[in-house]
Amino acid sequence: MIKYVVKRLLALIPVIIGVTMLVFFILKSAPGDPVRLILGEQATPEQVAELTEQMGLDQPLLVQYVKYMIGLVQGDLGIAYSTRRPVADEVFSRFPYTLKLSLVATVVSIALAIPLGIIAAVKQNTVIDNVSMFVALIGISMPMFWLALLLMLLFSLKLGWFPVSGAASWQSYILPAFALGFMNMASTARTTRSSMLETIRQDYIRTARSKGVSNSVVIRKHAFKNALIPTITVCGLQIGSLLGGSVLCETVFAWPGIGRLMVQAISARDVPMVLGCTVIFTICFSIVNLLVDLLYGFVDPRIKSMYS
Amino acid sequence: MRENKSKYSIDIEDLYVEYRTDYGVVKALNGMDLKIEHGKTLGLVGETGAGKTTTGLSILKLIPDPPGVIVGGSIKLDGEDLMEKTEKEMGQIRGKEISMIFQDPMTALNPVMTVEEQIAESIELHEQVSKSEAIEKARAMLELVGIPGERGKEYPHQFSGGMKQRVVIAIALACNPSLLIADEPTTALDVTIQAQVLEMMKELKEKYNTSMLMITHDLGIVAEICDTVSIIYAGQVVEHGNLEDIFENTRHPYTEGLFNSLPNLKDRKAKLKPIKGLMPDPANLPEGCAFCPRCDYAMEICKTQKPEKIYRNDGHYVRCHLYNEENIQEGRLETR
Repeated sequence: MIKYVVKRLLALIPVIIGVTMLVFFILKSAPGDPVRLILGEQATPEQVAELTEQMGLDQPLLVQYVKYMIGLVQGDLGIAYSTRRPVADEVFSRFPYTLKLSLVATVVSIALAIPLGIIAAVKQNTVIDNVSMFVALIGISMPMFWLALLLMLLFSLKLGWFPVSGAASWQSYILPAFALGFMNMASTARTTRSSMLETIRQDYIRTARSKGVSNSVVIRKHAFKNALIPTITVCGLQIGSLLGGSVLCETVFAWPGIGRLMVQAISARDVPMVLGCTVIFTICFSIVNLLVDLLYGFVDPRIKSMYS
Repeated sequence: MRENKSKYSIDIEDLYVEYRTDYGVVKALNGMDLKIEHGKTLGLVGETGAGKTTTGLSILKLIPDPPGVIVGGSIKLDGEDLMEKTEKEMGQIRGKEISMIFQDPMTALNPVMTVEEQIAESIELHEQVSKSEAIEKARAMLELVGIPGERGKEYPHQFSGGMKQRVVIAIALACNPSLLIADEPTTALDVTIQAQVLEMMKELKEKYNTSMLMITHDLGIVAEICDTVSIIYAGQVVEHGNLEDIFENTRHPYTEGLFNSLPNLKDRKAKLKPIKGLMPDPANLPEGCAFCPRCDYAMEICKTQKPEKIYRNDGHYVRCHLYNEENIQEGRLETR
């Protein structure tokens, strides 16, 4: 088990190299000069040349990249072009907001989705099933930013129940977390329903019932744990989309997380800042995936035996 | 020892079961009769789709519903009508009074529960014991079916097919049921294991005086362990009797066909004679005798009228228009 975890963490190194390399060269090849953006249109060529040299932007791209990576290994995320302050300070002060928002969204969506999916499966083809699957369909089809705007219009502007933006109090978590978690909830609920439906048709469910186990215990004890395996897979994938979603959601709600920071950094051609955010996202995504894979082992003994 | 209220452990009369699907009504059982005396074994023999498993599941009232519906008839367990039982009462009967061994041991066990937990679950439900006592008894059951008790902590994927079937048998026998339904318990196993498992079932059945419904399409198994045999075709028993009646005094053309399709050890060059054609579509059964389209002896009457039971002796009966009270005692079909 420990050997497996260490192996997976080591595999993170090539992933980070690959991701940073891609982002670095794509951003560098995009039009727009960060020095011009900082100094403005009126700056003299001398001023531009001076700042370019100062920021190390006159060196070949490969040298710039290698220098960045050497810094990264030492825990130095570089200096932001736009603010001239260390990227690490900015990223780590913003990161807790994104983490908290994502956690709330994930917990709420899973806590709603799994019971909903199970009820829909047990009451297959009833009104409850149809209504919950219709809601799930809406959740999957609706773009997140649009849902966010609608929520904001209704609950903040019309009804005034929740703040429009920012992260000042616990109330301000509700709308962004809902907007972020709704799509995940929808697809998790649908997956739970279909895997539950498949599970309750299995032979071992019939065996359990032939032992005299009551229907509700069959669902709770026998079907649920087996149905959970595909659900975990989907939840894991969803958390990836949650990170992407946080970029949109934080922008709409002016949430002070790293999703919004990254959007701002991209418009400012602030390469070190974008890279810093990307590295954090990459590490988060990989760790979540690792946790999901370990979770399989707890649910399914067949998978657990493969880890050792 | 149990006190028996009725002569029969299980007594099914005129049972009709349908599967009502979007594509039509599948008539799975059409006037099924079945009786097993206490401590005896009945072999239920028939082709795939004849309604053998449906019969077994009906006794437990575990027909998948929807689409399955028990339309009519009676099922009496030791004289008590199961049709009147509520779902809760059935919960107390399943696993305790009636147990079922399913066909495919590879899928019959829950992959995420340990084997001993799965056996203990039944014991915990039906006997007033604590969890640890139930686990202890589960291990004893494992030993009984020839698996070391300490392997109970393992999961089904750590067992071979034959071992899994032993576990399934241990689950079925855990509460010492009065009736055991074995649905092709050895079909999924290879031949050497088949013999072991059958031998073990036979021993355990005798030890606990359990009645058994042996669902199979293997006449060899029937000859080995059954007392009486019912030949089922399209959801109805077409011939029933004891081993001697069925094997030595075969009457029904379908039963004869089943014997003819077995290889003959004395004349290994002889060609097998399969029964021509296929089972009729149970959603669209013929008006007369269900076997009529495949029968070499079919007459005009067979196309329009369903045959009634004709008794050769107290136990042996056949449903076929070839026979009447006068000629039923006479010799075999080919002499006609």
